[in-house]
Amino acid sequence: MWDWDYAWSILPELAASFGTAFSAMAWGFAMACMGGLILVAAGRSRLAVLRLPARGLVQFIRNTPLLVQLFFLYYSLPMAIGIAPSAFVTGVVGLGLHYSTYMSEVYRAGIEGVPKGQWEAAKALNYNGRQTWFTIILPQALPPMIPVMGNYLIVIFKDTPILSAITLVETLLTAKNLTSVSFRFFEPYTLVGVLFLIICVIFSFLLRRIEVRFNRHHLGSKQGASRSFGRRKHERTQPNVDNREVFPG
Amino acid sequence: MNALSQTSTIVKYSQVKKSYGDLEVIKGIDLSIAPGEKVALIGPSGSGKTTLGRMLMTLEEPTGGTIQVDGQLLWHEEKNGRFVRAGEKHLHRMRERIGMVFQHFNLFPHMNVLDNVASAPRKVLKLHKREAKERAEAMLAKVGLADKIDVYPSQLSGGQKQRVAIARALVMNPKVMVFDEVTSALDPELVGEVLEVIKDIARQGDMAMMLITHEMDFARDVADRVVFGADGRIVEEGPPKEIFENPKSDRLQSFLGRFR
Ligand SMILES: Nc1ncnc2c1ncn2[C@@H]1O[C@H](COP(=O)(O)OP(=O)(O)OP(=O)(O)O)[C@@H](O)[C@H]1O
Ligand SMILES: [Mg+2]
Repeated sequence: MWDWDYAWSILPELAASFGTAFSAMAWGFAMACMGGLILVAAGRSRLAVLRLPARGLVQFIRNTPLLVQLFFLYYSLPMAIGIAPSAFVTGVVGLGLHYSTYMSEVYRAGIEGVPKGQWEAAKALNYNGRQTWFTIILPQALPPMIPVMGNYLIVIFKDTPILSAITLVETLLTAKNLTSVSFRFFEPYTLVGVLFLIICVIFSFLLRRIEVRFNRHHLGSKQGASRSFGRRKHERTQPNVDNREVFPG
Repeated sequence: MNALSQTSTIVKYSQVKKSYGDLEVIKGIDLSIAPGEKVALIGPSGSGKTTLGRMLMTLEEPTGGTIQVDGQLLWHEEKNGRFVRAGEKHLHRMRERIGMVFQHFNLFPHMNVLDNVASAPRKVLKLHKREAKERAEAMLAKVGLADKIDVYPSQLSGGQKQRVAIARALVMNPKVMVFDEVTSALDPELVGEVLEVIKDIARQGDMAMMLITHEMDFARDVADRVVFGADGRIVEEGPPKEIFENPKSDRLQSFLGRFR
């Protein structure tokens, strides 16, 4: 059933097709990070005209399937606005928009994980708003967000095959095109799965390294002596975010 | 609303009220504190002591009345000849004169002890890095923690943490400082070292202090005046000797009875 020669012959083309998947992931992730920032800022705003639409948009996007959103963006929206961006641009926007709502939740949980007393201490010392954010709040809110954000990077990567539904020739559609020429279905899809598995494992390994590195740096490498006291524990809990597992277990 | 300065007071609460929804927790308080005066605030749990201190630190906004600090209204500012709710800019300017030490320390866990104390002088007072460090070191020496400078808060005992928090507030050189039950979260054997530090500061300082406390001996030792509040009102006030040895109201008598 399995033809090694055929498998080897299509491997280069399949591997190359990950280029599109990677750039869709990277742009989508960047957009999700930025969009999440905007959503969390608007969602925390004192102005209802900012807060309510932001919260509404988050609910709307989270409660509709990504595939439906993509179809809407690719097929319906151009009819309304009269311009039709490419499948790649639409796909990136779709992924970015979708995951920006999850990312805003990561930010929100990270920020709310910083105890209220920290804000109050900052106020008592007369820090202004900007100083409070950059010297007190974010340095404490960011480190626990890193692994969760890394998780979403992988989740977005694994979602890139969905973009084949709006005609983006990424890895899955490349495989499908191969099957329609060779009429061999076993090797192309199996290879796609195996390649995704390998890449995701490598990704999460790298992310763990970054996480450890980041935390070590964050733990204050400036001072040598106190390091011997072991890992400094935050006087706070990890943010309770909607942490979609990349791998079960 | 008259905001004329009275030089003999650093803090003046006038008919201050505070409600949370339907619950009125401060029911019209008048209280003045003279420059350098040490005022102990005592009273049963839930009487509103913390709320009173937090309104001075601008952490809670009063729902009625006015607070003056250093002759200026704290929560109101003049705009076009009228007094309106203070904006962040006004509050920022007013906070230069006010400091607070919290029951649960609220140290910055991501900064070492030195940075906890030196950060605000550098960022807020815009001092040169070296000067901020020198001031912080001097202040840490004053609270007996000169040897803990590059340790992180999680490696300190509760008493040490609170002394860092005191140094952190002191280094900003406020004219009035709120101490909200700063020993309540400490193990009993660590209470003494913190109280000693505060007594020390009280003795040498021209800084006014609002000492919210359940430590009656400490209040008697340090305070120039003791204010007893219950149910959001001031019930009785006077010199420590009067309050502790000759309490007049029934409420105060029964409150003090619990400490005997
Ligand atoms: N944010 C809040 N929302 C609602 N009620 C509050 C809030 N903060 C305080 N209260 C209520 O206000 C009242 C006074 O509280 P406060 O903390 O000022 O009392 P306290 O005298 O400091 O008491 P303790 O000695 O226990 O510290 C209490 O009944 C409390 O439940
Ligand atoms: Mg209290």
